[in-house]
Amino acid sequence: MTLILENVHKAFGAVKAVNGFNLSVADGEFIALLGPSGCGKTTTLRIIAGLETLDEGRVVIAGKDVTELPPRDRDIAMVFQDYALYPHMSITDNIGYPLKVRGVSKADRDSRVAAVAGNLQIGNLLERRPSQLSGGQQQRVAVARAVVHHAQVFLFDEPLSNLDAKLRLEARAFLKHLQREVGITSIYVTHDQAEAMALADRIVVMQSGEIMQVGSPLEIYRRPANTFVASFIGNPPMNLLQCTVDTGQSIIQFAEELAIIRLPENSHNTIMNVKPHEQVTLGIRPEYISIRAEPSATTIPGKLYVIQNLGGEILVIARFGEQLLSIRMFQEETPELPEQVWLDLDFDHVFFYGANGQLLQ
Amino acid sequence: MQRSILSRRISVLFASPAFIFIALFLIYPFVSIIFISMTNRTLVGATAQNPDFVGLDNYIRLFEPSRWMNRGEMGFSLYITVQFVIGSALIGQAGLGLLIATLFQRRKGFIRELVFSLAVAVWIAPDVVVAFAWFAFLDPFDGTLNAILGALGLGQPDWLLKYPLLSIIFFNTWRGTAFSMLLFSSALSSIPPSYMETADVVGASTLQKLRDILLPLLRPYIATDLILITLWTFNTFTPFLLTGGGPAYRTELLSIYTYRTGLQFFEIGKGSAIAVIVMLINLVLASVYLISLRSRPLEQPSD
Ligand SMILES: Nc1ncnc2c1ncn2[C@@H]1O[C@H](COP(=O)(O)OP(=O)(O)OP(=O)(O)O)[C@@H](O)[C@H]1O
Ligand SMILES: [Mg+2]
Repeated sequence: MTLILENVHKAFGAVKAVNGFNLSVADGEFIALLGPSGCGKTTTLRIIAGLETLDEGRVVIAGKDVTELPPRDRDIAMVFQDYALYPHMSITDNIGYPLKVRGVSKADRDSRVAAVAGNLQIGNLLERRPSQLSGGQQQRVAVARAVVHHAQVFLFDEPLSNLDAKLRLEARAFLKHLQREVGITSIYVTHDQAEAMALADRIVVMQSGEIMQVGSPLEIYRRPANTFVASFIGNPPMNLLQCTVDTGQSIIQFAEELAIIRLPENSHNTIMNVKPHEQVTLGIRPEYISIRAEPSATTIPGKLYVIQNLGGEILVIARFGEQLLSIRMFQEETPELPEQVWLDLDFDHVFFYGANGQLLQ
Repeated sequence: MQRSILSRRISVLFASPAFIFIALFLIYPFVSIIFISMTNRTLVGATAQNPDFVGLDNYIRLFEPSRWMNRGEMGFSLYITVQFVIGSALIGQAGLGLLIATLFQRRKGFIRELVFSLAVAVWIAPDVVVAFAWFAFLDPFDGTLNAILGALGLGQPDWLLKYPLLSIIFFNTWRGTAFSMLLFSSALSSIPPSYMETADVVGASTLQKLRDILLPLLRPYIATDLILITLWTFNTFTPFLLTGGGPAYRTELLSIYTYRTGLQFFEIGKGSAIAVIVMLINLVLASVYLISLRSRPLEQPSD
């Protein structure tokens, strides 16, 4: 079902947990909410679920204004950050509770519970109680309870945060598959960018209760709309360098260290939107910096700091003035590099951000 | 096995004063009262000094079937007590306490503070003060209650004469609800809010939430509360200050019956026999309590 959040505001005392949130989610879309701790992700989910009253704004599900409706009339399913499993019920009864509430017969319930539990690899735990499960197992029970009934909207609050890497991949694949199959609109909160990238049709990046950027994983990765997103997305994130641009002569002067770049002829369009001598931030992803032995017009000097072999790719950290820059090389062998290197910036992939942090475009 | 904090010798040392006290003030009187209950000892007169051993005579007199349910006899008193316990402890204190605790769950503010403070104040006030307050409240002519009823154009009965048992049931409910209220209130606040929120989101009705989540989670607390207040209510003597057990024995609880027999009619032997029976009843209740706490089955009744 479609879901619309319109100008949503929610404050706890002086803390603006959600501040002017606007989002329109298409039917069957998978949205990831991504942002640092305390940025208002959980609060946003609770607002959609109807567990928080709004200070301002509207929530519309399937074309119906539900702002004033209690949670039980919204037909949603939610995985809570603390799982909220019932200690007095067996795992079967926990997972089957949404069905029991809806009057589904015991036999029906048990077969549906068994199916979901099998998919999440907790089929052998059904007789136990929550206190007899590990954190990761409890988390999967919570996910199972949410998806056992096909609600109009799924809300997941960091549902896989406690799983090990392998289980997480499997659970992630199951969720994605299930969501595709039944086509249920989902909002998925996560700290894990890779998870957001892998699952979401669109990612919403939040900070301090506000939306920083909304877009497909690729858009967000390729064109961060501001320095916050640029420095948040990517592992490691974008390199950001303070500089001024002499637009007339196509010269970039860096604040960090006396370094000047003369732009190549064919990449003048990248500085089109920069005002002369404006203080700007240059952003470039680690994979678009290459290491050269000799200086050239588009290089800046760097001092080798550390080389990390991540298996399949190499991460070189180099010092430029006071700042550390990351450079990603796609090769398996750890390269032999001299102390003094020259960092060549690929100006087809450089962004400039104004003093307010917004992308100049 | 978990290791205890203190070594055995030290624990015995620390516990010994308590053991001596218990022996002196609980076990000795208990044994001696069993002994006295088998004599015809009185408070004054010849049998005060040299009581005769009468065996189970006192008990046989108490359970004499022809008089057992007559007013002022053991059976009648037990019947009154059971009504009193069910009315004022189980329904009154526990029910009202649970209701108030649920109503004010996770709420703050003036009304909650007021209700809680008043309930606790009433609970800790001295018996005599409380009894006087209720005299003033229930007085047929100048009482607050009848003044209110009169203003509403309703009847103004003499409560302690016409509805004595009901009066002391209300009195004891009012007097003791604070305990259940506090116990349930802290039990409720130990339940994570997301339990109820999950039920809300899942679509459970109020009744389903109560039946499937709240009551099962509160069960151990409810058991503790019920048994404690049952024991206390069973043994309370305060209603005596209001009604003196009357009129016509209609509010004569077992505690008052024991007192009347032993210390008003000076039949210490018979009074002791009643006390022994009351103690046995208490013992049964306390065992139920201990057993219910030990085996705390978390089984959810499934359908
Ligand atoms: N009930 C509450 N009372 C007061 N402040 C609250 C309450 N709930 C949340 N907040 C505040 O609102 C802000 C947003 O909280 P929220 O739980 O939505 O963050 P989050 O993005 O989910 O963080 P995390 O990733 O750590 O779970 C935080 O600053 C938090 O301290
Ligand atoms: Mg959160």
